[in-house]
Amino acid sequence: MQAKKRYLLVSAGACALLLAYAWTLRVAELHTRLPQGPVLPAPPPLRSYLEGAEHEEDGPLLLHQHTSPRERRDVHRNMYKSRRCRMETCFDFSRCRHAFRVYVHPPARGEATSEGYRKVLAAIEESRYRTRDPAEACLFVLGVDTLDRDRLSPQYVPDAGGRIRALPLWNEGRNHLVFNLYSGTWPDYAEDLGFDAGHAMLAKASADAGNFRPGFDVSIPLFPREHPLKGGGRGRLTTNDVPPARRYLLVFKGKRYLTGIGSETRNALHHVHNGDDVILLTTCRHGKDWEKHKDGRCDRDNEEYGKFDYQELLHNSTFCLVPRGRRLGSFRFLEALQAACIPVLLSNGWELPFSEVIDWNKAAIIGDERLLLQIPSITRSVGADRILALRQQTQLLWDSYFSSVSKIVLTTLEIIQDRIHTHMSRSKLMWNTLPGGLYALPQFSTEPTLFPFYYGLLGIAPQQGFTAVIQAVTSLQSPLQPILKLIIAVAKSKFCAQIVVLWNCDKASPHQSKWPSVPVPFTVVEGRRKTMSGRFFPHDVIRTDAVLSLDEDSVLSTNEVDFAFIVWRSFPERVVGYPARSHYWDAGKERWGYTSKWTNEYSMVLTGAAFYHRYGTHMDRGGGGASGQHLANCEDILMNFLVSAVTKLPPIKVTQKKQYKETMMQQGSKSSRWADPDHFAQRQSCTNAFTDWFGFMPLVRSQLRLDPVLFKDQVSILRKKYRDIERL
Amino acid sequence: RETSNTAGGGTGHALPVRTPRFSSCFGVVMGTSVKYSSRGPALIPRMKSKHRIYYITLFSVVLLGLIATGMFQFWPHSIESSAEWTVDRRSVHDAPLTLAVACTPALICALNLLLQVYIYPLQRFVDDVGVPISSTGLSREYNDLLSAISDSDFYTDDVTRACLFVPSIDVLNQNSLRIRETAQALATLPRWDKGMNHLLFNMLPGGPPDYNTALDVPRDRALLAGGGFSTWTYRQGYDVSIPVYSPLSDEVDLPERQPGPRRYFILSSQTAIHREYRVELERLKEENGEALLLLDKCSNLSQDMASARKRCYKAINMSLLTVLGARLGQATLSDVLQAGCVPVIMADSYILPFSEVLDWKRASVVIPEEKLPEMYMILKSIPPRQVEEMQRQARWFWEAYFRSMRAIGLTTLQIINDRIYPYAACTYEHWNNPPVVKWSSVNSPLFLPLIPPRSPGFTAVVLTYDRVESLFRVITEIAKVPSLAKLLVVWNNQNKSPPEESLWPKIAVPLKVVRTKENKLSNRFFPFDEIETEAVLAIDDDIIMLTSDELQFGYEVWREFPDRLVGYPGRLHLWDHEMGKWKYESEWTNEVSMVLTGAAFYHKYFNYLYTYKMPGDIKNWVDAHMNCEDIAMNFLVANITGKAPIKVTPRKKFKCPECTAIDGLSLDQTHMVERSECINKFASVFGTMPLKVVEHRADPVLYKDDFPEKLKSFPNIGSL
Repeated sequence: MQAKKRYLLVSAGACALLLAYAWTLRVAELHTRLPQGPVLPAPPPLRSYLEGAEHEEDGPLLLHQHTSPRERRDVHRNMYKSRRCRMETCFDFSRCRHAFRVYVHPPARGEATSEGYRKVLAAIEESRYRTRDPAEACLFVLGVDTLDRDRLSPQYVPDAGGRIRALPLWNEGRNHLVFNLYSGTWPDYAEDLGFDAGHAMLAKASADAGNFRPGFDVSIPLFPREHPLKGGGRGRLTTNDVPPARRYLLVFKGKRYLTGIGSETRNALHHVHNGDDVILLTTCRHGKDWEKHKDGRCDRDNEEYGKFDYQELLHNSTFCLVPRGRRLGSFRFLEALQAACIPVLLSNGWELPFSEVIDWNKAAIIGDERLLLQIPSITRSVGADRILALRQQTQLLWDSYFSSVSKIVLTTLEIIQDRIHTHMSRSKLMWNTLPGGLYALPQFSTEPTLFPFYYGLLGIAPQQGFTAVIQAVTSLQSPLQPILKLIIAVAKSKFCAQIVVLWNCDKASPHQSKWPSVPVPFTVVEGRRKTMSGRFFPHDVIRTDAVLSLDEDSVLSTNEVDFAFIVWRSFPERVVGYPARSHYWDAGKERWGYTSKWTNEYSMVLTGAAFYHRYGTHMDRGGGGASGQHLANCEDILMNFLVSAVTKLPPIKVTQKKQYKETMMQQGSKSSRWADPDHFAQRQSCTNAFTDWFGFMPLVRSQLRLDPVLFKDQVSILRKKYRDIERL
Repeated sequence: RETSNTAGGGTGHALPVRTPRFSSCFGVVMGTSVKYSSRGPALIPRMKSKHRIYYITLFSVVLLGLIATGMFQFWPHSIESSAEWTVDRRSVHDAPLTLAVACTPALICALNLLLQVYIYPLQRFVDDVGVPISSTGLSREYNDLLSAISDSDFYTDDVTRACLFVPSIDVLNQNSLRIRETAQALATLPRWDKGMNHLLFNMLPGGPPDYNTALDVPRDRALLAGGGFSTWTYRQGYDVSIPVYSPLSDEVDLPERQPGPRRYFILSSQTAIHREYRVELERLKEENGEALLLLDKCSNLSQDMASARKRCYKAINMSLLTVLGARLGQATLSDVLQAGCVPVIMADSYILPFSEVLDWKRASVVIPEEKLPEMYMILKSIPPRQVEEMQRQARWFWEAYFRSMRAIGLTTLQIINDRIYPYAACTYEHWNNPPVVKWSSVNSPLFLPLIPPRSPGFTAVVLTYDRVESLFRVITEIAKVPSLAKLLVVWNNQNKSPPEESLWPKIAVPLKVVRTKENKLSNRFFPFDEIETEAVLAIDDDIIMLTSDELQFGYEVWREFPDRLVGYPGRLHLWDHEMGKWKYESEWTNEVSMVLTGAAFYHKYFNYLYTYKMPGDIKNWVDAHMNCEDIAMNFLVANITGKAPIKVTPRKKFKCPECTAIDGLSLDQTHMVERSECINKFASVFGTMPLKVVEHRADPVLYKDDFPEKLKSFPNIGSL
């Protein structure tokens, strides 16, 4: 049995070896568990990834090797053309050295322009960017209607390409902006404009991310022909119901394409439709010969389709499905936004409208066409808090960027302007929170902390001091003049940081010694125009955020100033002041009325004595419409319009001693504009002119006045902080 | 033709070689098996058949064991079992946590949705002559990155559960790579599948002379986290732009400095600027003198790049100029941010790091390269306050996203995670607000400025225990208010049934009685389904002194401030310097920071927040003490909206004439002490004092004005 022994020995040896091996493994494992174990040999130190490379790059040899930046830029310009355009290769920045101006090529005589494009051009015409001089233009917009480039459409403009090429300033499309809503046609709906847009930027609806040139093109929403030029319908959200008490969860109602591109998504919707809270209705009944292609489900679908009213669905649903149609974008998108119905997007590859600046995750659910069946469970899993936020965001975006053609066009222009003036462009924060990018203008600042709107979001409080800006129109004659008393009263306020007198009088400003000596910096600025509007000129001397605007004949005590300022610090984005006015709808004359009578409501606070934030003086006053000469005396009304348009809230009236009105009447000297009989009529017409310019009535009424906490309470006056307000 | 069959041990041109320890271990085992098999065949024929089976079984068991061990060695084993790895893990644990935890999605952002990341085991790839595919091998940075990922919640060691795969092949620096061979090595990865779901990290792409802006290694569909993308190479929504890590930040300790003007206005620290730009910069310096500082190469050539950059740190500069070198992505950017300088980026078409989530406009100035001559003017036009904010933001970006490979790696994964689960993605505020701002900012849930329509009216919720007579009086009074839509009585007495239906006052609006299970104060803020209107009026069963005008006016005020508490009696919190704690004040004060919910309008959303989102144990505290539910509500609303409540109408004696002193809780002295305690307790739970003090109250426009009373909308205000 020698062999057997040998075998045994060998197998025993093998087993021993295995055991030994297993043991080593265990030990190794043990070591890994006890990193501090002394057995581990120190591994060689690893080297940095930069070693070698950085030297090479910065080496003196290389310094001369690579091409000069100018050459590189030229190479890029040749390389990255038309379909690969970027701002730096296809846009001529040198045309925009000064201001951002847009020139519209005059449309050819007798040319048929679609209603949509007429509105686009009108919006540019009315904006403060338009120029009539092509030499100072930075951006050019075509006069030829390029909105509809679907060859089968009646709106299609034939030979657009030839006409565009014939433009003397076309320059291969450099610095041009081409608006387009529909491109390509049946059957493939390729993104084909039917002409070579060359180096021109496209502001295009239904943009395909594959063809979209990031940072160069602008994706715009698809808007219907009836979309208003300005003003526009307000968002439909009136109440913030929590939990959302809408009847339906998810709805859709629209056409279904039986074959061809984009048909799969809508054809599959019936899988998700449950007839209860998920209502997805499609119809095949459209086009000439639908019956030829109709499939088994058509009749059933059509029957169901007729049962529901689209508007009713839209306004009673939490989510609205926005599936792609033939093209990527559809009208359903804007409709859902306006109705505060959270859009659920099913359109893979769609570059969402204004995606460069808008954070759509805050306002929509971006689904995936391939995962249609998951959509109901995704929407069900969205919590009440999120729905509340999403829904408010839809309204914010609708109101800020989409409610009118003018807003869509202006947003496009502002986005392009931000690209050109890169060092003063708006941050995502400013685009995606109230009041939106069209009101938070970079002309004021691009730093969000300087605006009053973001105080809460950024956790900061308004500044402690204010600047008093006093408008002087009569020359100084006696030391008893109200303006001197006013200066002393204001200067006594512990919040007063600075006093500025705008000297708008025909006579030269008096000598320094004539003014009372005050403990705060005191400046006299010579008015440039002898009008009220000089007051709202963004003067550089004003250093604080808060401005107290005063007429020379205002009568205010230090107490009143202090109290109004304290109130303003709670409402820094609004106008906070004393004399209030109201607007009303005059049904008989079918126009707005303006009244200074005492009423139970007010919608304006006159800036004869009011606090406002400095941003108010930097707002868009339009190309001319709103600041025309005949409206010059209405600057304070305009201020209220602007601030209310931005905040969508009424101004705030604070209490004051009851002398203001009386004093003003007595003071009615020759120069006082209040005594002017035309004055009132003028302000009435201003109200209407501004409303026309805005396209809607931005003023909001308020029924309350803010008083000191113990105002006229039956308690010892010694306990009260603002005693003077009650004393007569 | 290149193949590599790792598990079978076949020879390919790019054969993976194990790390030394394992190959030696394997060698021993191999030796035995060779010995075995050489003897085996000679012995078998001489064996008896019964032994034969036995030995063959034994032999195959041993062989199987060996094969299994071999397989175990070759199989993609978990990275932890490498000694090298362990050592590095230890060092990682010592490092401070940065980004991160800030965005640990498991806690904050996600609904249990988390990307699962698998890391391939460490391997060293060589070609058929044994030359490694990379000159540096595994770099320190890549090692840090991998260990950071393996420590994170994203990591999984289960290859089948993984959604994203990270190769352990280091491609951070393309210059140290052999491109073709690296591509082959990648292709050998068992789950490569054309790069599907694979993530590569690369910081220095391209090489001289043309410096491509993305990694040149063919990578098929692999996601690339690359430094230095240009708009042409960046695949939006797919790739991730990452910073170029600066190893220098490890060596130099730069404490955070106060933002503000510094000695130099502009600094250019890059030494590899093309001469054309250098000339331009020198011209700018001549024109503007001391404001500019241009760092040049040191004359002493032995000093390397690192020291040149160190000098940059010492310089006290304000904003920093990053002119494009040959590459788009530059480690200088990281240095600039660390120094709390504002980067001035003049690199056309550069995709800034993490631009998908970071708002660079708040932290940097971007100027087209063409405008270099105007740079000084442009930078001067930026107001100092803005520069300060940008400095703060820049430093925060560095601390959160640039500071270590760990931060860079985890941020990248978080971005990919957010793309996959957009419904649970981190918000803009989360990415961009520094901790200080996050702490002090308020993101009001009712942020849209809406003035709700008057017509839906309000629902009055009356909390009552057993004061039926007083309750009926309250009901009759409230019923006179025009905008009342519904009346809800919360019957908090379990021992006694509410009176019969016929005994209740007849009113024009629906009246509902809800019986509660427990006598808790919190019941008054329960989001009852019966509350259908947005506005809720909470009112005690003894508040009979409010006139209909006053209530209607309160509702009108609420409509103008729907996100606030609008109430009648106001209260104040004060800091007691002697005691060093908060004090409750109900005297006649000039200030208000709370309104009592014995009579207050508020949005029904706050009911939901009070019941389900109240922080800490405040709710239990309130129920246990039978007090302070109104203070808790004031805290909650002020904390979430950042706004003060609104007190309406003049002060009244809020003591009901009929009630005795014992009955009216608010009079008791101990009661006041308890309420002070509440304020202190709540402030500590909230971690801050959210209440805001104001000095105003709301009155009708014409209140106390010399105006005919009958023309006023709310004449009956303030009557006693």
